[in-house]
Amino acid sequence: MNSFSLADCSTVEAALSQLKNGAVVKAGGVDLLDRMKNGTDTPDRLVNIRNIRELRGVQATPDGLTLGALTTLAEIADHPTIRAQYTILSDACGRAATPHIRNVATIGGNVLQELQCWYFRSAEFQCIRKGKDQCFAFSGLNQYHAIMDYGGCPSVAPSSGAVALLALNATIELTSAAKGKRTVAIKDFYVQPDANPHRFNVKADDELLTAIHIPKTAPGTRSAYQKYGEKESHDWAIADAGILLEMDGEVCRRAVVTMGAASPVVRRSTEAEAVLTGKPITRDTARAAGQASMTGAMPLSMNGYKVQLFPTAIYRTILLAAGQMERDPSAAG
Amino acid sequence: MATHTSHSIPDALLSAAADTTDASMRTATMPIGIPGFTLREEQRTMPASEPPVWPINKDLSYVGKPQERWDGAAKAAGRARYTADVQLPGMLYARFVNSTVPHAKVLSIDTSAAESYPGVKSVHVIEKLLGGAVLRDPALEQSRYPLVRYVGQPIAAVAATTPQAAEDALAKIKVTYETLPFVVDMNLAREQNAPLVFPGAADQAGTAGGGGSASGIPQTGNVHGPAVHKQGDAEQGFKEADVIVDAHYTTQVQTHSALETHGVVADWKPDLLTVYASTQGTASVREELAAYFQLPMSKVRVITEFMGGGFGAKFGAGNPGVVAATLSRKAGAPVRLMLDRQEEHLSVGNRPSSDQRLRIGAKKDGTITAIQLISFGTAGCGTGAGCAGPASNLYKWATLHVEENDVFINAGPAAAFRAPGHPQGAFALEQSIDELAARLNMDSLDLRDRIDENPVRRVQRQIIRDSAIWKSRNPRANADAGPIKRGIGLSQSIWYRHLTMDSAAEVRVHKDGSVEVLSAVQDIGSGIKTVLAQILAEQFGVPPAQVEVKIGDTNYPVGPNSGGSVTTASLTPAVRDAAWQAAQKFLASVAPALGARASDLTLTDGMVRSASGKFQPISFRSAAAKMDTNQVSAQSKRIPDYDPKKYDTYGGVDVAEVAVDTETGRIHVKHVLAVHDCGRPMNPTGVISQINGGVIQGISYTLFEHRLIDPNYGIMVNSNLDKYKIAGSYEVPKIEVQLTESYIGQSSTDASGIGEAAGIISAGAAIANAFYNATGVRIRQLPMTPAVVLAALNQPQPQMEAL
Repeated sequence: MNSFSLADCSTVEAALSQLKNGAVVKAGGVDLLDRMKNGTDTPDRLVNIRNIRELRGVQATPDGLTLGALTTLAEIADHPTIRAQYTILSDACGRAATPHIRNVATIGGNVLQELQCWYFRSAEFQCIRKGKDQCFAFSGLNQYHAIMDYGGCPSVAPSSGAVALLALNATIELTSAAKGKRTVAIKDFYVQPDANPHRFNVKADDELLTAIHIPKTAPGTRSAYQKYGEKESHDWAIADAGILLEMDGEVCRRAVVTMGAASPVVRRSTEAEAVLTGKPITRDTARAAGQASMTGAMPLSMNGYKVQLFPTAIYRTILLAAGQMERDPSAAG
Repeated sequence: MATHTSHSIPDALLSAAADTTDASMRTATMPIGIPGFTLREEQRTMPASEPPVWPINKDLSYVGKPQERWDGAAKAAGRARYTADVQLPGMLYARFVNSTVPHAKVLSIDTSAAESYPGVKSVHVIEKLLGGAVLRDPALEQSRYPLVRYVGQPIAAVAATTPQAAEDALAKIKVTYETLPFVVDMNLAREQNAPLVFPGAADQAGTAGGGGSASGIPQTGNVHGPAVHKQGDAEQGFKEADVIVDAHYTTQVQTHSALETHGVVADWKPDLLTVYASTQGTASVREELAAYFQLPMSKVRVITEFMGGGFGAKFGAGNPGVVAATLSRKAGAPVRLMLDRQEEHLSVGNRPSSDQRLRIGAKKDGTITAIQLISFGTAGCGTGAGCAGPASNLYKWATLHVEENDVFINAGPAAAFRAPGHPQGAFALEQSIDELAARLNMDSLDLRDRIDENPVRRVQRQIIRDSAIWKSRNPRANADAGPIKRGIGLSQSIWYRHLTMDSAAEVRVHKDGSVEVLSAVQDIGSGIKTVLAQILAEQFGVPPAQVEVKIGDTNYPVGPNSGGSVTTASLTPAVRDAAWQAAQKFLASVAPALGARASDLTLTDGMVRSASGKFQPISFRSAAAKMDTNQVSAQSKRIPDYDPKKYDTYGGVDVAEVAVDTETGRIHVKHVLAVHDCGRPMNPTGVISQINGGVIQGISYTLFEHRLIDPNYGIMVNSNLDKYKIAGSYEVPKIEVQLTESYIGQSSTDASGIGEAAGIISAGAAIANAFYNATGVRIRQLPMTPAVVLAALNQPQPQMEAL
């Protein structure tokens, strides 16, 4: 790791004033310090925002919820309102990483974490996401990589929190010294690799992610998230499913199906949603939705198994959300 | 310790047998066999100076009783001082510069900028690399610097006043390479025109932990082999067979991934080189340093107070040891050199892969007429991929034909790894034996009873047969209807009675009643400190926690290197003998004050007694106060086994219950029953702990661990503990351990070892056999990831083996 200076800030204003000349934000530090240890990131200056109290906590508003950017994954996972009404989010945050990491990792950092592709994470490989013109995964080791929508970079979206936030139609609040606050819908927050391979999201370098707003869920909403890895203790998703069902009695009025480990940017499967909309949730409709989710899948040389795995993740999570199935032991992590 | 194709009695044991005609011998009756099953008595002849024969564990006070870890509290409280915790005045911090390319000639190394970097005190360029195979004809490679044969190979090192200065200075060292063609895929390396890792034949010697290969093996291209072992005419054996099981198995490279990385603190002083090392062998580190620097052994001291795991990769000083010592000599200051996790994955060892074609021929009654194993495996730029131990030694066969091949690739050299060759070999053999049982329409335990005459394994199979888990097994494969299928399978394991005769200890008794034991042996986490405390406790009648255990320092009497499950079997008899002799000296020392002859006195259960009833029994501590000197001590060295012609193996039978999720390809190991023997279990708590660890490591190997090297660049992509996946707490099943207390009448403690046989050997095949029982599909590839499992399940259904 390179030497760096650390600016410890206790207010948003102080932090914003520091965000210049390549200074980077450190909240929980989980992802940033990993990248610095790998030698892929070598910032000269870190702005520590972890002690900004105003950015921490869950607030219920008339319109829904506001999550302070520094709210930890553990706090979200354990929050009674979130568990009851936004289950998909407590599921996603409660199953990320490990208990130790969830106690320090923040929701802002979770949403902003960078790709987990092992080529991207290695200082030895200068890839398309680092300003070069090559991807090493297509002809290399790609068993954990994307099967859909990948364009020139088949790394997968790393944030399980974002899979839930996309289903919940959240908005991201960004604040800068120059322009004040602005909000961006999460569906527009991440940048597709082909649109700009060097940017992962629309946050500018002088902006701080300060809050996440989640609209109130509609009556009859049931939701769930499940993450599938090769193991349950501390693994990255090889498949995952975020499911939000708005139910009218037995019939699904509106369905949202989101996925993270399928593509470089968290995505909704409109094909899967269409299968569920207007129908009762049954084992058959759930399985059909799972199958529909793989429309357009183009697996790489080593990840064909994901095309089999995702439909299972999705049908089981639909049934979990609908209360027709227990939480999956294969997705305990 | 090495991967043995066949096993013979070590020469040291045979030659020692000659001593048994000596007049100073006596004969005693010893318990033999397994209490509750086969316990009986046999006569053994032993030196007259040996202590009285111990009864079986139930009749002892401290030995054989569950005992908490002697140093457990220190470890849990963070007081235990590991190598990385050693702080010496003026200590420098060192780091390696490692190669970034898989195969190259180093043209130049410019260290000038690093040497003038603030804080840097010494820089060293490696001119003699340790580890890996070496060319038989060194003239084939003329180069100032060692050829680079893998990414991560150490090239130079820097020592500086702070870790940061050392790291920053690394970047200032300029290495220019002439890159050479490379190969990291074993199958590609076997092809005729593959890039050559070595320009000629090369061999790697084993370590105290095993590994390596025999010398003089043929080499063609990158293929070092075959090492051929034939007994009888296997082709004829196959002709006589009624059934032939013929299968192909592959296993991956596993890295040791001990929690504590390799490392040392070296303190070079003109009169003494002191090295604090994370090692499995203080003796092996001293030997290598003395040889490398041409120092007298007496001028090298190695200390290993606490050790955070090695699994076979930590013998000798290695590159970290000699480089740290060199930097210390140059700088005139102590130097700490601890590897980071990436270096740990790349440069200090791994378990070789395997590609095995195994054929077994058998008669209708199960009698094996022939076993043929043709194996290839890669130990990187080293050798040691042989895996024929189980096929050669586990069962009775009429004919055997083994060919083992090492395939060189541009990757870090392998090192001995917990039961070298055996997890790979058992994964194949024990699946094929199950397949054979199904083809013969025999119960898999009945078949093993027919082909395995080991009496201990026979009892263990009976325990399995009578167990609730085995009784719950549906013998019909693929019996469950839903997507989650339950299955139960078993596998046997085997390991060998290796001993290190250079195992010695001193026991001291002080006038205040305190007792201590001293030996250079290191406790690598397997609990030898606790066992030594128990032995003294048994002798002197004081609780083990009050025994002082001083080990891990070459200033003490020589101890065994801890590899191949030798430590307990080798050292404990020496310690008991020393304790016994110290007790006799103690009695002689208190006899005058007690007004008795020493021959009238005994020390049992913590009481000094007069056989003739001269006085009421008095406590050991009160008697100690009457010693006529401040301290008595005795030193003892391991003597040969009492009956060295009798050669024992250890092992076990492990049962695994799995739930296979056929839609996600996940295998959940729910329950493991591990039935194992290790002679007299000295501390059942420690033995069970080792078996728990072996089972978990075996599950981890079977389902998760996989060194992944990018084929186009030769770089390991998962050289961390995030994407190199190791079982965590969720992956640990219910583990039920049943020890078969097995007395063999070989020494004053009659102890054996457990490290190798404990679970790691059999987990793969037990899980694979359970997988078959669950699904009716054979999986012959490790690790069994969802991708591998789903691919196996998607195959057109193979012919069912069982009815």
